[in-house]
Amino acid sequence: MTAVTGEIISFEEAIQKYDPVLGFEVHVELNTKTKMFSSAPNAFGDVPNTNVTPVDLGLPGVLPVVNGVAVESAIKIGLALNCSIAEKCYFARKNYFYPDTPKNFQTSQYEDPIAYDGSIDIELADGTVFTVEIERAHMEEDAGKLTHMGGSTGRIQGAEYSLVDYNRAGVPLIEIVTKPIEGAGARAPELAKAYVAVIREIVKNLGVSDARMERGNVRCDANVSLRPHGREQFGTRTETKNVNSLRAVEHAVRYEIQRHAAVLDTGTPILQETRHWHEDTRSTTSGRPKSDADDYRYFPEPDLVPVVTNEAWIAKLRAELPEPPAERRKRLQADWEYSDAEFRDVVNAGVMSSIEDTVAAGVSASVARKWWMGEISRRARLAELEPAELGVTPELIVELQGLIDAGRINDKLSRDVLDGVLAGEGTPTEVVEQRGLAVVSDDGPLLEAIDGALAAQPDVAEKIRGGKIQAVGAIVGGVMKATRGQADAGRVRELILQRLGVEG
Amino acid sequence: MTDLIHLSADALAQKLASKEVSAVEVTRAHLDRIGAVDGAINAFLHVNTDEALLVAAGVDRARADDEALHPLAGVPIAVKDLIVTRGQPTTAGSRMLEGWQSPYDATVVRKLRAARMPILGKTNLDEFAMGSSTEHSAYGPTRNPWDLDRIPGGSGGGSAAAVAAFEAPLALGTDTGGSIRQPGAVTGTVGVKPTYGGVSRYGAIAMASSLDQIGPVSRTVLDSALLHEVIGGHDPQDSTSLTDPVGALVEAARRGEVEGMRIGVIRELQGEGYQAGVLARFHESLDLLRSAGAEIVEVSCPNFRYALGAYYLIMPSEASSNLAKYDGVRFGLRVVPDGAPTIERVMGATRAAGFGDEVKRRIILGTYALSAGYYDAYYGSAQQVRTLIQRDFAAAFEQADVLISPTAPTTAFRLGEKLGDPLAMYLNDVATIPANLAGVPGLSLPGGLADEDGLPVGVQLLAPARQDARLYRVGAVLEALLEETWGGPLLARAPHIEETTEVGSR
Amino acid sequence: MAEINRDEVAHLARLAHIDMTDDELGRMAGELAVIVDSIRSISEVAGDDVPATSHPIPLSNVFRDDVVGQTLTNEEALLGAPDDADGRFRVPAILDGE
Ligand SMILES: [Mg+2]
Ligand SMILES: [Zn+2]
Repeated sequence: MTAVTGEIISFEEAIQKYDPVLGFEVHVELNTKTKMFSSAPNAFGDVPNTNVTPVDLGLPGVLPVVNGVAVESAIKIGLALNCSIAEKCYFARKNYFYPDTPKNFQTSQYEDPIAYDGSIDIELADGTVFTVEIERAHMEEDAGKLTHMGGSTGRIQGAEYSLVDYNRAGVPLIEIVTKPIEGAGARAPELAKAYVAVIREIVKNLGVSDARMERGNVRCDANVSLRPHGREQFGTRTETKNVNSLRAVEHAVRYEIQRHAAVLDTGTPILQETRHWHEDTRSTTSGRPKSDADDYRYFPEPDLVPVVTNEAWIAKLRAELPEPPAERRKRLQADWEYSDAEFRDVVNAGVMSSIEDTVAAGVSASVARKWWMGEISRRARLAELEPAELGVTPELIVELQGLIDAGRINDKLSRDVLDGVLAGEGTPTEVVEQRGLAVVSDDGPLLEAIDGALAAQPDVAEKIRGGKIQAVGAIVGGVMKATRGQADAGRVRELILQRLGVEG
Repeated sequence: MTDLIHLSADALAQKLASKEVSAVEVTRAHLDRIGAVDGAINAFLHVNTDEALLVAAGVDRARADDEALHPLAGVPIAVKDLIVTRGQPTTAGSRMLEGWQSPYDATVVRKLRAARMPILGKTNLDEFAMGSSTEHSAYGPTRNPWDLDRIPGGSGGGSAAAVAAFEAPLALGTDTGGSIRQPGAVTGTVGVKPTYGGVSRYGAIAMASSLDQIGPVSRTVLDSALLHEVIGGHDPQDSTSLTDPVGALVEAARRGEVEGMRIGVIRELQGEGYQAGVLARFHESLDLLRSAGAEIVEVSCPNFRYALGAYYLIMPSEASSNLAKYDGVRFGLRVVPDGAPTIERVMGATRAAGFGDEVKRRIILGTYALSAGYYDAYYGSAQQVRTLIQRDFAAAFEQADVLISPTAPTTAFRLGEKLGDPLAMYLNDVATIPANLAGVPGLSLPGGLADEDGLPVGVQLLAPARQDARLYRVGAVLEALLEETWGGPLLARAPHIEETTEVGSR
Repeated sequence: MAEINRDEVAHLARLAHIDMTDDELGRMAGELAVIVDSIRSISEVAGDDVPATSHPIPLSNVFRDDVVGQTLTNEEALLGAPDDADGRFRVPAILDGE
């Protein structure tokens, strides 16, 4: 059944022959204080089976009650995805047996999701915009957490037994389902990553989710199918489950395209199944084939009454929405007067919000960009951290830049000052004083260094005297070297020209 | 002392209030009676002796200190073992939950505790409330106090028999398709299914969520009203709970008034399939009501003939899902087959061993009705029929204030008589099911004894949703008129149950 | 509508996670056939214009405030567990060992 697992062809070749069609189911965990249907805390990382009420264990006799905040969060997500909001919708039971599912059914929504028919624009790195159609966003609950024991790898395969913690059972989830995404071609993996990144950004921006993928707050199931170019009918799709980082989403889609193409090339049909993504080998393996056991016997949840919305309620929630990320980006780029390329780099570097805060703290947009895209990004790369995680505050940048503007330090010295501040030696001003980093502004020592530099390069001095003022750079360089950078280059230039009796 | 067990809850409440008797005396009298007769009746799956006496003693102390007490404080009660209770086992009549103890109380149990009513114990029932005879209990059948060879009705046969055998003045039942009313009919007791949402379902082990309702079981209409007011009212833990106040039910029962009321006889709930003695007593009741000034009108509910079919699609569908949680993972029975079985196999073996035949039948039937390809034809159609039945009720209540019918088509049948024929068993609920499908309240009260077998017959009253008070108002009048003709309560004519000397054996 | 035969019951029993012997399957198929036969007509009663009623009393928008309530302790949670370890419910292997 899985004979061709592991055999792939090159991505380029695959795309030459086939047209990929994508689809995503993204589960977003809401950051409500309590669960979807019980008053147990919605909290991460606590002692197992302590954030549970009888409802979360599905004990005999219990009944669910809907968390009102979760419903409002769902509506907000729907609005942010430009969806229609259902006037009336029901919860439904999805029946299947699994030990992490306390009632052996998941309370979800079926025929009438709270939000449907939306779309969002996804901008790729080069500025190309794809519109992704949203089929629906519905409310449901998370399952508990299984830990597989006794096997060598902690995986479900080969495990002797499993342990179940129901702390996560009942955590509110919003499942966002796209319509089939066609026409991405070679950009499919990139689009996949960008789509999930946008969903993450939207729910984070809404404040309804912590949106931390490493904690499973945003989880992606990626559907991939291929069809030969020119054919309209979709191919058989596979669903790669729980691809839980942006990079993994990109790689998993890419891998499945390559794998499907390899299978199709041999004339074998694709098996409709779920696939598991393995980060270590960057490949998928066969999960569970679709079978007649996938009869979920959905029916309206009799223990919960329908959610009925009205215009006033929707309008109130719409008014609470923050500025949509795309509009915010448009506004900031215009305000800051960045070129398209500059702005894209800023977004890709993940420093847009930091720049916004820094500008608000009182420096120009170009200065803020210089700091965040320059020195701070450089340090972040070395530390393998996000720029925002380095501990550089807007206030710190304002103070550093103030020292530069006042001529007390120059750009090069400012890096040493930053070192000192981040090492906890005090404020920039304190570090300048304690480390003796101020620019040499007393002309005496400078003139000494200038005379030395002129004496070392008499031919250059001669050229300058003859009117070749551009040559002054070489002398300035000599002076800066002699003063180990602790001089104001502008002042040095002035003094050299004065010394040689040339008009600047 | 034995006199105490023959008193109504209302009478006991008065004697307690006047300090003529103590709560401990009352509770002990009932515990003694349980010890004496329950070996024959098997109404109780668990007797809660120590806690009941402790609560009673607390009531007596409080009364001595002149603390304000609920009128029913110290009046003991039995609880159907489908309702979860802390400190006592809850089995739902199933092997699946043998020995299981709930870590929480049902909302109705919290209310009983708040009213300081001693809980005598947990009563027998058809497994997970699935049955009309209490023969589907994993712990043996309950016997009808009128004839120990006959069924006490079901699923709440234990609660009805306990009250009929004077083991408890009051009991809680649950009614999904008649499980309070039909046992009431065949044991000569009173049982009420409140308006859906009138009493919280939180802590009642679910069979069919859109049909289940907890309600009172008693020997008098007034006693049911007293208990109904204790357990009714809004509960934020049940999303289907009504926000309406319980209403003045006790007052309605005390006032009892039918003068000028229109009482509608449902044409479709009589005639073929109804025992002659049942119909004879039913028509006597109509005459009495007419004599008291009520106008008897005939109404037609043509879609009631589909009610049983719709019920046997909706109920098992919901049940198949509600009973999925019994899988041997979190609580209850776990059966591990030989070898190194997977959890799937453990679940399959656990559910095979833990559920009885009737439960399995309904789970399979419900799984079928919901499965791909059948949903629209079965479950979907049944929900449409439900709409038609609601419309029938709405039209009937245009013409009548209250509807009336026999509660069950027959008197109590013999143990084992219908066990091999599920369909015949289902027909017992033909008159009670429409109320559950529509959510309207219903009350069954004793209508006398059938001539052919001398066994109790039940009369059912139905009212529009939220108009439970009308049931008590009319029920109290009919009860009084009937008792006048009998010269006392019907249960006074029940045969004597041989008391054993063995006391408190359970 | 399809007859409810032994194979159908076997499939339903698998969906419902109830092991059944051959004997039981046969008996159950017979009983269910009779029951299904008696309720088959339900699908022809109501026209398309009749809405479905899933909840007997119409209510809507019953919500809970997002306020943490009382939880069970770990001991209470595991009290009824057939098997447990490390504060968690212990279950046999999920997949067949190969
Ligand atoms: Mg999904
Ligand atoms: Zn989902």
